[in-house]
Amino acid sequence: MIRHDYNRIDPKRRPYDFKKKQFAQAEYKQQDYAHRLNFYTLPPTAEITLEQFEEWAIQRLKILAELETCTFRNKTFEETTDYISKLLEKHLPLHANSSRSTTLQDERRRDHYSHFILRLAFSRSADLRARFARLESALFRIRLRTDDTRERQAFIDSLDLQWEKVGVEERRELAAELGAVLTQGLNNKRAAQQAAEEEMWVKVDWEQVPELVESRRVFVKKGKAYVPGKEQTSLVVGEFTRRLEAALDLTSKALPGLDEDDRLTPILNHLSNSFTTPDAAYSSDTPVDGLGAPTADQVDALSKHFPLCMKEMHIALRRDAKLKYDGREQYSVFLKGLGLSLPEALTFWRRSFRTTTDDDFNKNYRYNVRWQYGDVGGDANRRAHGRAPKSCQRLLTEPLPKPGQTHGCPYRTYARENLERALKDDMGVRDPQVLAQVRDDVGRQRYHVACNRVFEHLHAREIKKVKDENIWGAAELDTILHPNTYFKRSFLLKQLGQGGGSGAAIEVKREQDETMVD
Amino acid sequence: MDSSAESGDGSSSQGSSSPAHEVEKIKMNDIMDEESDDEFPSSMPSEQVALQQKLATAKAISPRYSDPDIMRAFYQRLYPFRFLFRWLNHSPKPSKDFTFREFAFTLQNDAYLRFQSFPTGDLLRKQCISMTPTRFEIGPVYSSNPRDRKLAKNTSEFKPLTRELVFDVDMDDYDSLRTCCQGAKVCSKCWAFLTMAIQVLDTSLRDDFGYEHILWVYSGRRGVHAWVCDRKARELDDSKRKAIAGYMELLKGGDQSGKKVNIKRPLHPHLQRSLKLLEPHFGKTILTEQDTWRHSSKADHLLSLLPPSAATLRIALQEAWASDPSRTGRQKWDDITDLAKKGAGGLDLDTKALHHTQQDIVLEYTYPRLDAAVSRARNHLLKAPFCVHPGTGRVCVPIDPDKAAEFDPTGVPVVTELLEEIDRWEAGEGDEESKVPDWDKTSLKPYVGFFKDFVTRLEKDETVGKKREREDVGESMEF
Ligand SMILES: [Zn+2]
Repeated sequence: MIRHDYNRIDPKRRPYDFKKKQFAQAEYKQQDYAHRLNFYTLPPTAEITLEQFEEWAIQRLKILAELETCTFRNKTFEETTDYISKLLEKHLPLHANSSRSTTLQDERRRDHYSHFILRLAFSRSADLRARFARLESALFRIRLRTDDTRERQAFIDSLDLQWEKVGVEERRELAAELGAVLTQGLNNKRAAQQAAEEEMWVKVDWEQVPELVESRRVFVKKGKAYVPGKEQTSLVVGEFTRRLEAALDLTSKALPGLDEDDRLTPILNHLSNSFTTPDAAYSSDTPVDGLGAPTADQVDALSKHFPLCMKEMHIALRRDAKLKYDGREQYSVFLKGLGLSLPEALTFWRRSFRTTTDDDFNKNYRYNVRWQYGDVGGDANRRAHGRAPKSCQRLLTEPLPKPGQTHGCPYRTYARENLERALKDDMGVRDPQVLAQVRDDVGRQRYHVACNRVFEHLHAREIKKVKDENIWGAAELDTILHPNTYFKRSFLLKQLGQGGGSGAAIEVKREQDETMVD
Repeated sequence: MDSSAESGDGSSSQGSSSPAHEVEKIKMNDIMDEESDDEFPSSMPSEQVALQQKLATAKAISPRYSDPDIMRAFYQRLYPFRFLFRWLNHSPKPSKDFTFREFAFTLQNDAYLRFQSFPTGDLLRKQCISMTPTRFEIGPVYSSNPRDRKLAKNTSEFKPLTRELVFDVDMDDYDSLRTCCQGAKVCSKCWAFLTMAIQVLDTSLRDDFGYEHILWVYSGRRGVHAWVCDRKARELDDSKRKAIAGYMELLKGGDQSGKKVNIKRPLHPHLQRSLKLLEPHFGKTILTEQDTWRHSSKADHLLSLLPPSAATLRIALQEAWASDPSRTGRQKWDDITDLAKKGAGGLDLDTKALHHTQQDIVLEYTYPRLDAAVSRARNHLLKAPFCVHPGTGRVCVPIDPDKAAEFDPTGVPVVTELLEEIDRWEAGEGDEESKVPDWDKTSLKPYVGFFKDFVTRLEKDETVGKKREREDVGESMEF
């Protein structure tokens, strides 16, 4: 998750002069903001204090961080809007003209400046730029959708976007196709075609609306996407993203020249550093207490502490004696997170692929395992000690598995019957009430909630014990967001439940060391 | 994706450090930097004899199609490097489109050599002849020379810029539907699945996206690749590739996810058109040739796809089919329609929902099963056309999409036979001085000819495009 670690930097009240430092030719005056929404085409030109500089940026950053959390938790657009709107009201209010608020201009100025400050802070790496563009677009989308209808139209008109309108004749000619796109869910063909003819359509290069093309919400013909009026907001957001990405690219090229004001550098660095990546959550370097260094033989016994995603992988591997690439990657780095060493991992995989010849194994699989451990590969891979175990977020945002594959988060990828079968047979969840709740969670796409629910059900006795006896605090029982956290917590809880002798949970004897040397 | 399927290169989009490609090895760069020159006197008599023997062995016992001598002769005499260069270079003089392009070699010892690049097509040819790779792959055009990538100070100095938009369809993904062959085998009956894939994708790429230069290539065993070469397609960034792959992708979910096609109505025009195109194939391939549902386990899967509201119908069918094991797949399919019409014992079944489900099933069984990961990122490497598949010895020849149905994978030329054809031709004509290129002496001729025509059309479009660009610049200069 994002660390909200915003240490204050001593405020220096000397005003920071945007005009002189960056945008020398811009006119030096307070801008007047006619619209609530802003495409941030023009940089701010008036002076602000360093204190404002920092404070405004931090407020905006909080919003962006929360937005990212929402995507992470798979919240719907409506849920996200609901949640973020409250925070916006508090940290970064932006009211419509119709609100007749007396602070309209101040709000808009803050919004304008804070956007540009973060732009500076986040244009330093391609990763940060992409994240910033994505989150700013999400914020813009929320504001656009919640805008007053008339003011929104006025804003869109002010943008002077060059969209080609689709004429009556073409609309009539393509009525069948356009109707199919417009009215997915509406089954009356005649009505659909009529609606299509009456709709306001614009024609753009398909590359301008990739997300509408991907989800087949537009009609595509000879490279042109026919976009219905109701998707206009998508078009506007698309345009926003495109311009922002281009601007960020320019800023990144201009950056070296902007570092002259050394009062800013620490603030900007600090801002971008506090935007740490949410995926680095589990460090495989910290061993699990009482587990020591597990061996290949112990994996079967340990699998009773696995979350469903890994349990399924383990079962599939045992059943089929193979696992496709994505599954192997997901499972292998998870085992690495358990503390399975590279030689043990190689032993484990070699034995698991029991129908594969040594030759085939060495040729096709061995390298990948070594790569995941950073034993081979480019400098960056070695330095990073290979791949980090995948978080729930990673599993939930990766593409769905295709036929023949089993990887991913089963709460998301399995059909209902198969999920319930797996929960019953593989996890031992039989309580109909829990199963019903899981079904409900999954129906609302709250996959990690379902997984946490299953965890709490399976460890109810132990959780009660550590709570009652005050052994663990709330932090240790926080929502699980990583398969390895699931394992670790399960392992520790069961050990505590057994009176906690070290290593007591592992019943498997260690065989002679059978390391596979390279 | 044939042999590279398990290497999983498709799932990484992080440029230079995908696991399968960063393969351990050998400081090949050292060898490479001392240019290999013309160290290979092309046809020394003793070498000739050795080759003859190898050819005989390759035919007689376990074939080793990728034997170094066979590969060397193949690269020397048959591989159309000239057209490959023109294909990738887009103009007569070597440009960055070619010189900054990554090639990756799979060597005889299975070592994998990435980030190769060549100033000219001829130098690529020379390296192939000297190293005799079992195959080589083509990656993106980078922002700087791939051989100098270590000099780049940061990732923006060395990053993939352009690359053909590619698609990969593999028979692997149809295994649960095939009854004629399993595993690596393929026959003309199951090839029908790939014919369907070619027709659906090719139509959409042309009609929907307006692309014209689409090269379909046989992968040498049981798959096909598409290379969309239009400049606009080459310049797509990864997010747009992801969008187009998503547009094409229909089947969702792995083995455990149940019904894989669940689409809203009315159908999107692309799906409507694809369904129309696939329906006759469905009748021929699924219902007749493969007779997929004859076996009860497969028929059970069919039943599991029926809507929940059809529970009574499902039970009725289950009983009927159990009592008559001789029912064919087609009869079973018709039973669903008939029983539904009759009301199957008074149940109130939504016939429209059932009709939609049947459409979904047609799509689930015939719609292209893409390996979308391959299409999503520019830095994915894909085997070059005209390489030899090491397992089958067959050449990865282009396929004419208009004649996709006539393509027979079992009739594709095999490298050893091609080399013999040259010998036979030369024995017959006896004219050593002849200017006839070697491939024209073999059954590879029509395929090379097809490729040449493709490249010529592409080049023509490129020059027109560039000229127009120059004119545009000229106009704006007047201001
Ligand atoms: Zn077959």
